[in-house]
Amino acid sequence: MANWKINMLTRSPWVFHLAAASCNNCDIEILDLLTPRHDVERFGIVLVGSIKHADVLLVTGCVNRKNVARIKRLYDEAPKPILVVAIGACACSGNMFRTGYQFAGPFDKIIPVHAYVPGCPPKPEAMIDGVVKLITKLKNK
Amino acid sequence: MDSKNRFQEKFQKIFSEYTEVRKRIYATIPTASLREVVGFLFHDLTARFIIASGFDNGKEIEILYHFSFDSSGEIISLRVFLDRNKPEVDSLVPLFRGAFWIEREIWEFLGVNFREHPRLEKFLFSEDWPESYHPYQVPPDRTNRDPNAPPAQSKLKFD
Amino acid sequence: MEKKEVIVPIGPYHPLLEEPEFFKLFCEGEKVVGIDWIAGYNHRGIEKISEGKSYDQVPFLVERICGICSTSHPLAYVNAVENLVGLEIPERAKYIRTFIAEMERIHSHLLWVGLAGHFLGYNTVFMWAWKWREPTLDIMELVTGNRGNYGIMCPGGVRRDMSEEDFPFVQSKLDDIKTKVEMLTKAVLDDPVLLARLKGVGILTAQDIHNYGAVGPVARASGVAIDVRRDDPYAAYNMLDWEMVVVTEGDMLARAKVRLLEIFQSIKIVEQCMARLKEIKGDIVVKVREVPPGEGIGHAEAPRGECFHYVRSDGTNRPIRHKIRAPSYVCIPTFEKSVVGGQIADALICLAGVDPCYCCTERLSAVAENGKTLDGETLLRLSVEKTEALKAKGTPV
Repeated sequence: MANWKINMLTRSPWVFHLAAASCNNCDIEILDLLTPRHDVERFGIVLVGSIKHADVLLVTGCVNRKNVARIKRLYDEAPKPILVVAIGACACSGNMFRTGYQFAGPFDKIIPVHAYVPGCPPKPEAMIDGVVKLITKLKNK
Repeated sequence: MDSKNRFQEKFQKIFSEYTEVRKRIYATIPTASLREVVGFLFHDLTARFIIASGFDNGKEIEILYHFSFDSSGEIISLRVFLDRNKPEVDSLVPLFRGAFWIEREIWEFLGVNFREHPRLEKFLFSEDWPESYHPYQVPPDRTNRDPNAPPAQSKLKFD
Repeated sequence: MEKKEVIVPIGPYHPLLEEPEFFKLFCEGEKVVGIDWIAGYNHRGIEKISEGKSYDQVPFLVERICGICSTSHPLAYVNAVENLVGLEIPERAKYIRTFIAEMERIHSHLLWVGLAGHFLGYNTVFMWAWKWREPTLDIMELVTGNRGNYGIMCPGGVRRDMSEEDFPFVQSKLDDIKTKVEMLTKAVLDDPVLLARLKGVGILTAQDIHNYGAVGPVARASGVAIDVRRDDPYAAYNMLDWEMVVVTEGDMLARAKVRLLEIFQSIKIVEQCMARLKEIKGDIVVKVREVPPGEGIGHAEAPRGECFHYVRSDGTNRPIRHKIRAPSYVCIPTFEKSVVGGQIADALICLAGVDPCYCCTERLSAVAENGKTLDGETLLRLSVEKTEALKAKGTPV
């Protein structure tokens, strides 16, 4: 990726949050990041309402057969380059739902994933750590 | 006289089985009199409808309608047995709205046809889900399964 | 006559609610005339997966039905298994179960207050409520080891004992929460703008509650006094001193009131649990060696209402049928009554009013329409604008 693009991406990453068939816990922890205890808005990380504005896509939950098409479409609509972070054990591997009849594969089978934050649910600190590691890796590339 | 005894007295003749264990009552009733029994429970005794649950035991399809007597904490489950080849039962939606979703769900999961249900159509499954496949139904090759036989492979394929 | 309905789609990936769900609002002008819900975006087939797990493994599965009520589902499930086996659990385990369940209620109700404030365009309430929710998560992390999905219930008791050394920390945090929530309650219930947005909106009568089978705070806000904790006591609820909060108005304000007042009852219960746990010593679990053939029903009062679990056994180590009914499953259909007939701007807060939890309900984007489309952001804008307009007008009577 060109240098200026990485600079644009990582200076103030705007985040879009996509919940597939999730249990809500990771989603709440993501919202928790924005509230006074952690307050990541200090660093310019803002949760946006449209994928068209996003630099980072946070995905949670396992993918089921009904929403797989919608997820592909959302990813297609996103302006590239976009960084995808899989949050929680379900998004990384499918967790205990992988044996279910509605399971359609973990996220990296559907769309490219750049970072994984495992845990059920991961602590907000772990999520910050994951994003920081991703940005550091991109900058050193 | 409390609700449970009133219910028991009125329908004693039609129960083919009646058990009471630890505040949970299970009563098997004929499919034809379902609406009458439920109507009495729901409207006259003001029992609260909790949910219905379907179960395929390999020979017949069972549907349990769970009601709660909130004043005493007892739960009464009405059980009906349906023919496996053509499962059909009266819908409860004309009696109360609470049965609307669960009947759609059982129709989808077990293939039970609810007569007079206003809208039996896809509810939880994806659009490409085959109409004839009901995951909670025991597959035909397993109804009289030899216990030593290897487990049946899934025949359902998606791309 | 020509049809003038406009369909307003909300979802499935909506910027407001974290979960995927899809509502269609049928509108004529500002008025909502119909609602349809398209489900299945969150369906994971948990009931079927559960049939492949042993009785000891199922609590870990059912607590992942929903992250917010992640203790109510295991609690209802272990109640069902204990009902099947006919088991009495040790007294200490009963109090630990009650402690965890009530802490969860505090965090869930605070979460709801925050989200409701967010929907109305009052982000201050959102930030406050979520800030004061953090201490409850600290307590949970100290006591159970995780901020969510506590893994504490098992058939026959609890997995983890509580230490008396933790109680001073828990008490200090609880005192902190209590003063803050008192302030928040007064601020929310006295605010003229919030009153104008909430009062008389989305009314449900006791008749509607019976018809839809709605439970929990939604029922108690309409004057229907049902609470599993009192009606069919499980854990230690019949040995503690607490009151059920019942309000009769049935509107949005009543639902907010019920939830806020329940927080104080929960704090009271938790304090009593700690006092009793200091006295009662002994085992925390009875091993379940064998589950006989039969069927069992268990229910528990989640923050959103009654969780219902039906378990059937054939004598092996796995359930052959496990039916789960989450409280939102019967509360969400009440939208047909509360949203229809109101304004579009009020729809969002009515949708939030039952504290819907779609991942519970379903365990289990663009729409073709004959008019113009409003997206989710427009809807939020409408809701915020209404609040702003009320603020500009000054104090309404």
